[in-house]
Amino acid sequence: MRSYSKIIVFFLSLWPIYLITYQIVFNQLGPEPVDRIINHFGEWTLIFIFLTLSMTPLRKITKSLEWIKFRRMLGLFAFFYASVHMLSYVGLDYRFDFEPLINDVLKKKFIFIGFSAWLLLIPLAVTSSEKMVRLLKQNWKKIHRLIYIIGIFGVLHYIWLSKTIFFKPLIFLILLIILLLFRIKITKSASKI
Amino acid sequence: MIKFKNSEITSENIYKKRRSFIKSIGLGASSLAMSTIPFVNKSLANERDKLTSYKDITTYNNYYEFGTSKSDPHRNSQIFKTTPWEIAIEGEVEKPIKLSMEEISEMFVSEERIYRLRCVEGWSMVIPWMGFSLSELLLKVIPTNKAKFVEFESVYDPEQMKGQRYPVLNWPYKEGLRIDEAMHPLTTVVTGLYGKKLPNQNGAPLRIFIPWKYGFKSAKAIVKIKFVEKMPTSSWMWASPREYGFYSNVNPNVAHPRWSQATERIIGEGVWAPRVKTLMFNGYGDEVASLYSGMDLKKNY
Repeated sequence: MRSYSKIIVFFLSLWPIYLITYQIVFNQLGPEPVDRIINHFGEWTLIFIFLTLSMTPLRKITKSLEWIKFRRMLGLFAFFYASVHMLSYVGLDYRFDFEPLINDVLKKKFIFIGFSAWLLLIPLAVTSSEKMVRLLKQNWKKIHRLIYIIGIFGVLHYIWLSKTIFFKPLIFLILLIILLLFRIKITKSASKI
Repeated sequence: MIKFKNSEITSENIYKKRRSFIKSIGLGASSLAMSTIPFVNKSLANERDKLTSYKDITTYNNYYEFGTSKSDPHRNSQIFKTTPWEIAIEGEVEKPIKLSMEEISEMFVSEERIYRLRCVEGWSMVIPWMGFSLSELLLKVIPTNKAKFVEFESVYDPEQMKGQRYPVLNWPYKEGLRIDEAMHPLTTVVTGLYGKKLPNQNGAPLRIFIPWKYGFKSAKAIVKIKFVEKMPTSSWMWASPREYGFYSNVNPNVAHPRWSQATERIIGEGVWAPRVKTLMFNGYGDEVASLYSGMDLKKNY
């Protein structure tokens, strides 16, 4: 039973890939396909960061430990989609032309913060294994708190790249705030005990 | 408003065939055939200036009055009412006037004008507009000697334009030009595209188009043109003065804080097409560079 649910979540998490493949095959990407692909993976990265962040609150709310076993996989999917997002920007849009890219990273704050968020995801992905959890002990938790910063950077990246905060970036910001508020509540109730 | 019968509307295919025919009968004949159409010969000379499809032009729009997503304007503007419509020309003029759309289409002859459109977001289209020079319209009034700028005001109608129910921008949409820019023959009053009546999502019944400036300068669904003494604050300047200047000339050397302006992606070219270099003044430098001689375009962005 346990292994089945993980397999199901794994294939469900590939949804963005099915979707974009369908759109590529049936020519549904619209007039600006490159932009569409980059945005698609960017949005799904944020969604997966949020999904990862919602496992702990869900555990508290439903009083079920089931949720936590998906957390690692969802987090790794967030890293995977972030990497595809960045690669499509670097490869598809800029054709690995690094001069304007470096210029972008240094001069445009939305790219700088987005790139930083991706860099911060790397140590989390590297230390995600069971072995690493045991090896790093209490430090593991500290390292993995980086996800809050990554979430904030990711949403800022989205807000800054949009011409206006209405409406999608605003929705993402609200979701992030809700998820982070849970943390404050959790730590407060934990400290009471 | 002119009503078009279905039979009168040229389909995109025939439209393109007609063009290739004109092209095929040779440069001499073609320049003769199109001598009434300004600037078109130059456009046809270049492969990158292939006309963008009618579908892309009419389904991929930035028109926040109808929503912030590119597909919103097409979806949300279909029932927008453009009749009756009146345009007021007022402000620093001796005698303000009001013209109905009927009067405008009687007074001015719309001709085909093929221009590149460069969006500040880094994409571009080539659009066969129908229209006439704004100068013809502005000559209907006599500006006072105080008049230095022209301000355009778009319609405010949150009942019909649901984007205006939210403070996305400082409604109604405002834009502006210096008088010499407004009087330049390239500055166009647009009444149609692809030989058809202007679709609602493209700014019906009447918009302006300034080919050498980023797309947002070309205000849609205009109801008021005002001569003013001081430089007007456009809606985008009001929203973010650091990012959007008054001039907003297409300039590959001045980077926008968010988008690279050195290159652009041509709409309709597909996933594998590379970006192309953006041209100074969107390629209209020969015609308009003199308007800005002696000006620091990095400061006056």
